[in-house]
Amino acid sequence: MTDNSTYAPSSRQWQTIALRFGLYAILLLFALYYLMPLFVMITTSLKSLDEIRTGSLIALPRDVTFEAWRVAWSGACTGIKCEGLSPYFWNSVQLAVPAVVISTMIGALNGYVIAQWRFKGANIIFSLMLFGCFIPFQVVLLPMAKMLGLLNIAGTIPGLIFVHVIYGIGFTTLFFRNYYVSISQELVKAAKIDGAGFFRIFWSIFLPLSLPIIVVTVIWQFTQIWNDFLFGVSFSQAGTQPVTVALNNIVNSTTGVKAYNVDMAAAIIAGLPTLLVYIFAGKYFIRGLTAGSVKG
Amino acid sequence: MATILDNPILEIKNLDKNYGSLKILKDVNVAIEDGDFLVLVGPSGCGKSTLLNCIAGLEPITSGSIAIGGRDMTDISPKDRDIAMVFQSYALYPTMSVAKNITFGMKVRGVEKAKRDEKLAYVAKQLQIEPLLARRPGQLSGGQRQRVAMGRALVRDPKLFLFDEPLSNLDAKLRVEMRTEIKKLHRELNASMVYVTHDQIEAMTLATKIVVMKGGVVQQIGTPAEIYTHPANLFVADFMGSPAMNLVPSKAKKNGKGYSLTIERDDAAPLILKDDKAQNLPEDVIVGIRPEDIGDAQLRKGKGLQVSDCLVNVVEPAGADTYVLMGLGGKEVVARVQGETHASAGEMMPFTFNMAKVSYFDPKTGLRLN
Amino acid sequence: MTSWLEKQVPKIVLAPSFFGILIFVYGFIAWTAWVSFTKSKLLPKYDLVGTIQYDRLFASPRWDTAFENMFVFGGLFITIAMILGLLLAILLDQKIRTEGAIRTIYLYPMALSLIVTGTAWKWILNPGLGLQATIQSWGFESFTFDWLINPDKAIYAVTLAGVWQASGFVMALFLAGLRSVDSEIIKAAQVDGIPNYRIYSSIILPSMAPIFMSAFIVLAHLAIKSFDLVIALTGGGPGYATDLPATYMYTMAFSRGDVGQAASSAMIMMAVVFAIVVPYLYSELRAKNDG
Repeated sequence: MTDNSTYAPSSRQWQTIALRFGLYAILLLFALYYLMPLFVMITTSLKSLDEIRTGSLIALPRDVTFEAWRVAWSGACTGIKCEGLSPYFWNSVQLAVPAVVISTMIGALNGYVIAQWRFKGANIIFSLMLFGCFIPFQVVLLPMAKMLGLLNIAGTIPGLIFVHVIYGIGFTTLFFRNYYVSISQELVKAAKIDGAGFFRIFWSIFLPLSLPIIVVTVIWQFTQIWNDFLFGVSFSQAGTQPVTVALNNIVNSTTGVKAYNVDMAAAIIAGLPTLLVYIFAGKYFIRGLTAGSVKG
Repeated sequence: MATILDNPILEIKNLDKNYGSLKILKDVNVAIEDGDFLVLVGPSGCGKSTLLNCIAGLEPITSGSIAIGGRDMTDISPKDRDIAMVFQSYALYPTMSVAKNITFGMKVRGVEKAKRDEKLAYVAKQLQIEPLLARRPGQLSGGQRQRVAMGRALVRDPKLFLFDEPLSNLDAKLRVEMRTEIKKLHRELNASMVYVTHDQIEAMTLATKIVVMKGGVVQQIGTPAEIYTHPANLFVADFMGSPAMNLVPSKAKKNGKGYSLTIERDDAAPLILKDDKAQNLPEDVIVGIRPEDIGDAQLRKGKGLQVSDCLVNVVEPAGADTYVLMGLGGKEVVARVQGETHASAGEMMPFTFNMAKVSYFDPKTGLRLN
Repeated sequence: MTSWLEKQVPKIVLAPSFFGILIFVYGFIAWTAWVSFTKSKLLPKYDLVGTIQYDRLFASPRWDTAFENMFVFGGLFITIAMILGLLLAILLDQKIRTEGAIRTIYLYPMALSLIVTGTAWKWILNPGLGLQATIQSWGFESFTFDWLINPDKAIYAVTLAGVWQASGFVMALFLAGLRSVDSEIIKAAQVDGIPNYRIYSSIILPSMAPIFMSAFIVLAHLAIKSFDLVIALTGGGPGYATDLPATYMYTMAFSRGDVGQAASSAMIMMAVVFAIVVPYLYSELRAKNDG
């Protein structure tokens, strides 16, 4: 098809070429649609406020400045305090890491019991947990606020960890259960005859098998918890807020001039951890998304 | 049927197993001697695997008792029953090497390392799996996995070996090889084994004793020869043997001095076969005759063989044997004749019937009559 | 004795989660349900008085807007995301050489917090300096794109951002579905000379019914729970034009101190989710048990 002097494509082949071209054009157009907000966020965050006011939304920055990033990280105001996003970023880390670890461990054990040690009623318990994944959390906000008060962990990071663990168990259990249920029950039988007990079988046989589903679960839980806003805004107080809540406060803070470049830098900072996870472990991220929905 | 044994290695008495209101096993009584090779055979869902799991202690039983080596094991956990088990899926621990798979049990039991290595070396040599010891199960072929699973069982040196359809995941050729190997192993170790299969040929070739099951009920217990020649009922007759025993409705009648059976045919006058055993039969009976007991009269003659002409419907050569199909008593009847037969479809030809080996069944109860 | 304990271990391991879920999900739902039938205002009260909270709720114009928005937003969001997702999946299924990269680009918004998404779109859609100003500066002086500040249009701005976030995910679901169709059936159809578009419309799409169902459930679920996006993008405004039941509930619970209204609005959300999810879960579990 490269040498037109000896070979001229027929009209039918021209049609195919045109179709392919159109196809790629449409796909590219949509790629631009998805990338445009990210592009705008990045360029805006690198511009000065003056340039933003005078220039165009989609123009590249004339003078690249990281001032907005510095302010977003350590100087922007969330209400009264002006320490930037950094303390809240660490809040989110301190909150997400234990919550992810604990809920994943519980989910692994639960899934192991439900898939491999079936007992009467285990399936009912599983259905109850599964349904717990689907409730709108608004329905538990009020009593949870009261309960955290009773447990004396209201407005604290441990309180938020507790909430995320409780409402994460349903999904983590689902992930591990669906993974373990495809493993032959004969493995447990063989190990029982070998003399191993419940925990030994879990530790020596099932846990070493579980790396892929652990990665999926950890990524899912981390994304969920890091990106959470509802629990964060409902159950935290000044000083213990997670990064999403702080971001929203920065953006909607009414003090001072509207600093769009700082807003964008802050938004990127808040979104960066999950974005990095997606870039470096996208396969597992997608597997979690589809497992969490299709299998539900 | 149940015989009292002097020194049973396995003794199951009045075993019942229910899941809720569903009765999986009903009043099972089985006992075997030390060194026996017991095969539990039946169609899927007959309860044979459940029975094996009950013997292993992997499933609780509802009532009755199980003793192994003279010790009551009914409430003992699997690890203390002195058994080893080989599974259908092999159930090898996927993340452990072959060596670790084999020694895991000993490790759990706290056997010291030197002893573990010694036993591993011995078993690996016996099964010729020494080159595989460092590999993971995922890197092994089906046959190799099978050997490792056996190694894991052998290394325990148990009173009783349990096999749950261990060959069903292998291809046909390998299955035959491993069958022979298991049989050799049984002889060499002089071990006691319980083996579950749905394959009646496996049952016949391996067993010293067969239990045929259906719907959770034991149908017959006996040596392979007993089961083959004297099936206790229509189910066993039909299930054991391939091609299956021909089961043909017929009428038993007094015929002059002697007795005979009359089998209706669509394409000719009724077939009449003389047999004085018919004297003690009710009028309506089902005649059971193995394909090899019907022969080509031109090739096989002998005393006690009755000859009669039948219309050949289909001829299926299979090398050494040829299967000839004909219509008798409204059924398709198979005769297994020599390969060099001249039978051809659509023609009448004389067949021999070996009445000495015929079984009779009651059409109502299905039970054997002679 | 030890063997009895051994047998109970699995139950003991599952017990804390079971009781946790029982209390923190079902107990809490029951609590909220109970309170929604009381005269609770600033503090919860526990004597039942009937449906006055629900009467108040449906008499409130703000709730009316929120409730209606849920259907407008939910309906548009689900429909557009599904159509877009399906379209992109089919286009990507044509042996595209750069499929991996394109898929990555389409799906990344799903990794972002809705707060981040909302912040970004709030900037893009702001009429003063955003898209509208940019396009006007190119010479299209009369171009208006003021959804964000127009009370009649603001809910469409929320939809736009929501679709941007979720449609890539729907694409991934559908693409997996397209790939899971038995290739022999497709080959058979090609041998029969059936044109490509007919293979899609008559063979592949009908066999993907369960995927449509899952996508619908996930999107509906997202739509009903949507809270973060509205908060970040419009804050419920202008006025309360983009309120959703989720933001209404939050406002009642944490800003207005009206526990009764918060509880009853939460129960309505619950009921809507229930109506969608329960038949689905039921059929899923039954299918699993049959298999």
